[in-house]
Amino acid sequence: MRTDALNETGSVEDALRRSLRPGREDSARAEPTARREGDHAAAAAARRLSARVAAEGLADVSYTSADSPFGTLLLASTRRGLVRLAFPEEDVDSVLDGLAGRISPRIVETPAPLDPVRRELDEYFSGGRHEFALKLDWALIAGFGRRVLRVTSEIPYGGVLSYGEVAAEAGSPRGSRAAGNALGSNPIPIVIPCHRVLRSGGTLGGYGGGVERKRWLLELEGAVAPERRL
Amino acid sequence: MSHGLPPFQRFLDCHREVVWRFLLSTVGPVEAEDCFQETFVSALRAYPRLREDSNLRAWVLTIAHRKALDVHRGRARRAIPVAEVAAVDERAAPSPPDRDQALWDAVGELPARQRSAVVLRFVGDLPHSDIAAAIGCSEDAARRSLHEGLSKLRKVVPA
Repeated sequence: MRTDALNETGSVEDALRRSLRPGREDSARAEPTARREGDHAAAAAARRLSARVAAEGLADVSYTSADSPFGTLLLASTRRGLVRLAFPEEDVDSVLDGLAGRISPRIVETPAPLDPVRRELDEYFSGGRHEFALKLDWALIAGFGRRVLRVTSEIPYGGVLSYGEVAAEAGSPRGSRAAGNALGSNPIPIVIPCHRVLRSGGTLGGYGGGVERKRWLLELEGAVAPERRL
Repeated sequence: MSHGLPPFQRFLDCHREVVWRFLLSTVGPVEAEDCFQETFVSALRAYPRLREDSNLRAWVLTIAHRKALDVHRGRARRAIPVAEVAAVDERAAPSPPDRDQALWDAVGELPARQRSAVVLRFVGDLPHSDIAAAIGCSEDAARRSLHEGLSKLRKVVPA
């Protein structure tokens, strides 16, 4: 119990608390309309702040959500380029916490810097784009994983490689399992097309976003014919 | 590097309302918008250097308090024509329910330090130590400012 509270039980104190303090449980006594207007005003001011942050490039990481045939994707970019694409199942708070820890906590939700990403993804999903012209930030990808995903990023639309082939090109001919792990933790799926890496027998193998999505993407690209479903 | 800080957007979402209300109570609705933007832009710039165990609400209210002081200093420097005085007083008032209007008018008329102490305590819900840090004085001085401010307000709203 704080001693501060002892002399703060008078009517002035009550009135001050009642009229302006946000989010109090006993707000039934307060004026709900004024409270709601305060929330709206603060939310609107925060949105204007985000717009200014985008315009002046003040954030280290910008993020937004984007509709897709898979549901709502989370897109995040740095000044260098797209750094993260998260599928709908991924917990947004966890994704943002990860970015805060590994890149910078200066993270702001602001759609404008990601407009080109959203546009290119829309074009890709509707079949009109076969290659992304986006800049990428590889900050979340280190070591062997980076070599694997570099090789993967060179696989053309409609083409596929096996895990073993990717591992060999990445400089580790016997590292197909490690290559699989690197592909499974690809922080920028779809744009770095890890879905184009299959098992050597021709079966699809795994996919971070679920194997049904892998099949969907490969069918979109014409790499797998729908009638050849496994 | 600070790894434990929440993403800035979450920090903004958590504290935007208390900052908005603080500014509404100290500089009024006309200047609150600019002060709000300046507060959070300053916070964003300094954010990665912040220690992760900081009291984030006290920290951002400290910045807001400084921005509010800038506004008051700006007003004091400007020669205010007599005809505008009423308008300025109106701006200094928040927009609470009518029955509390007199009280908040009186808050707006307190000297800057007392006003900030009162608002940080009752809008920001800060303990004396954080109020002291925000205003930049000792804890005793903060306690005194709060006490003096409340004494003046008691004359407006008798018990």
